[in-house]
Amino acid sequence: MPALPARLSRVSESTLLRHLVLALAGMVVIVLVLESTSAFRNGQLTAMAYLGIAAGGLTVLTGLNGQLSLGHGAFMAIGAYTTALFLQDTEPALPVVGVLVVATLVTLLVGAVVGVAAARLHGPYLAGATLALAVAVPGIAVYFTDTLGGEQGLNVLLPEIPDWFADAVFFLTANDMTTTRYVAYIGWIALVLTFVLLANLSRSRVGRTWRAVRDDEVAAEIAGINLARARVLAFVVSTACAGLAGGVMALAVRITAPSGFMLTLSLTLLTAVVLGGLGSLLGALIGAALLTFLPQVATGFGADLGLSDVQSAELAPLAYGLVMMLVILLAPAGIVGSVRGWWARRGTSA
Amino acid sequence: MQQFLTTALTGLTLGMVYAAFALALVLIWRSTRIVNFAQAPMAMITTYVALVVIDAGYSYWIGFAVALVAGLVLGAVVERVVVRPVEGKSEINAVILTLGLFIVIHALAAVIFGSRYRSFPAPFGLRGFQVGDLNLAITGFGIFTIVAVLVVMALLVALFRLTDLGLMMRASAFNAEVARLLGVKVGRMLTLGWALAALVGSLAGLLIAGGSLVHPSYMDSVVVYGFVAAVLGGLDSPAGAVVGGLLLGVSLSFVSGYVGSELVALAALVILMLVLLLRPGGLFSHAAERRV
Repeated sequence: MPALPARLSRVSESTLLRHLVLALAGMVVIVLVLESTSAFRNGQLTAMAYLGIAAGGLTVLTGLNGQLSLGHGAFMAIGAYTTALFLQDTEPALPVVGVLVVATLVTLLVGAVVGVAAARLHGPYLAGATLALAVAVPGIAVYFTDTLGGEQGLNVLLPEIPDWFADAVFFLTANDMTTTRYVAYIGWIALVLTFVLLANLSRSRVGRTWRAVRDDEVAAEIAGINLARARVLAFVVSTACAGLAGGVMALAVRITAPSGFMLTLSLTLLTAVVLGGLGSLLGALIGAALLTFLPQVATGFGADLGLSDVQSAELAPLAYGLVMMLVILLAPAGIVGSVRGWWARRGTSA
Repeated sequence: MQQFLTTALTGLTLGMVYAAFALALVLIWRSTRIVNFAQAPMAMITTYVALVVIDAGYSYWIGFAVALVAGLVLGAVVERVVVRPVEGKSEINAVILTLGLFIVIHALAAVIFGSRYRSFPAPFGLRGFQVGDLNLAITGFGIFTIVAVLVVMALLVALFRLTDLGLMMRASAFNAEVARLLGVKVGRMLTLGWALAALVGSLAGLLIAGGSLVHPSYMDSVVVYGFVAAVLGGLDSPAGAVVGGLLLGVSLSFVSGYVGSELVALAALVILMLVLLLRPGGLFSHAAERRV
């Protein structure tokens, strides 16, 4: 039997094991945090989870593959509307997990169609096309008022919390399950699963292919990489994440309306990704946390300055828009990338 | 017949505005290879400036002129302060930067002017002319729109074709290195290019706002239509942008009139994807290739 340090080093050498251990540790932290905070904070944390899932998908697309999408809000809308359509009755056809899987798959299919077209575009063309997508999709929901609820949107009826889940959590924490907390658990479990998958994917052959395509198209092609296939795959994976995020969002917000999926949402996601650092999953999570918790701080700050509620609500986008510009101008690697760079320099100079 | 005529004429007027906006995008793309997505909020905020001036009791025309000058200054400042550091670097960074600017100007406008809808005056009548028993949908303001855009285009053509300044600007856009060697102050030309583009964008903003409502996101869809129009024309050609704008305006007007106004943005997306997949160089790419 090998000694403990040897076994630990074997764990840190295997990518999958390392990510699973991290995920497990993350789950423990999540249970502790969710059980010890109020229902309001639980709700905020759910928002952080779905923004994190979507930002995680976007950071893989933009950071690893170099494709920019301003249309991820539209893909979230597709996931959210699919979820809402399944959860119209008190007796839904599928359990919640099944609904989320279907929402992810539906978005994935749409993402594949868009991705095939997007693979041929680059830089500003891709940005413009996905921008058009973000502006176009809410209109579809308004046009098909009968099925998609028009401007009012669709209500989402959350099914009963499964007994086994409530029992299991009660057994672990001795807390009764509330609906808000239940959705928060769904969101965070979805986030952990997504991030483990994305982290493994980025460390695998596929991830290396994506990076190669990003860094040098010609060299990648000479090395035998099918550029279009790599791009479409990255786009599809990324949109699937957005679809899942939209599904969780529908569960959390309980209503799916076009006004929730305006251009602002897509730009917000991009902000999260840039703030954290392009290509870093941890950065996407930090960005999502900033987007979730900064508005409250900013609104409080605005109220102190004597601004009206509506005006103070705009201080948050003002702040992260400014920070996003500063990040691009001063520290293009984002928060995580800059800290890593600083860490690496410190290591070499010491 | 009445509806057909109304739709076509509305489309023509809208198309002129899209053409102006597309032209603003093309001017910047030609000189700096950046698509300025922040053009929409820049035009929005200068329109608010005009509204403030008009609300203070001055005439529409003073507000109009102030907004255009504000656009000119804003464009120059944006190029000098924000865009200069990323020029010629990674195209993703430039796009993200203009989007950051997009968010910032948006939020600033909402903080300063509030996010409610405000009506914007028009200097000319908003009722169609009556010819016999046919009601032409072209309004006084519509005619003003078309004339204003045509005048600006003529001035731009004159600037680029007839003056030394225009020649220097074209040289900087065509080959910055060579232009610099020949003594052209390329940096200044780029700033001027952005300033002119922002002026044209402001004009589009004022024309869309006239007789209608303004709020911080009223230009958001216009940047998409302007981009589609510019891509229709090949993104590189001012004349293409104008034709693209007119084509797009009329097509979208027909979608709006006969299918549903909610699907206008979707139609623009479909047009954009078709152009990019079938003729990535724009509708006139063939002629352009021959010319070179």
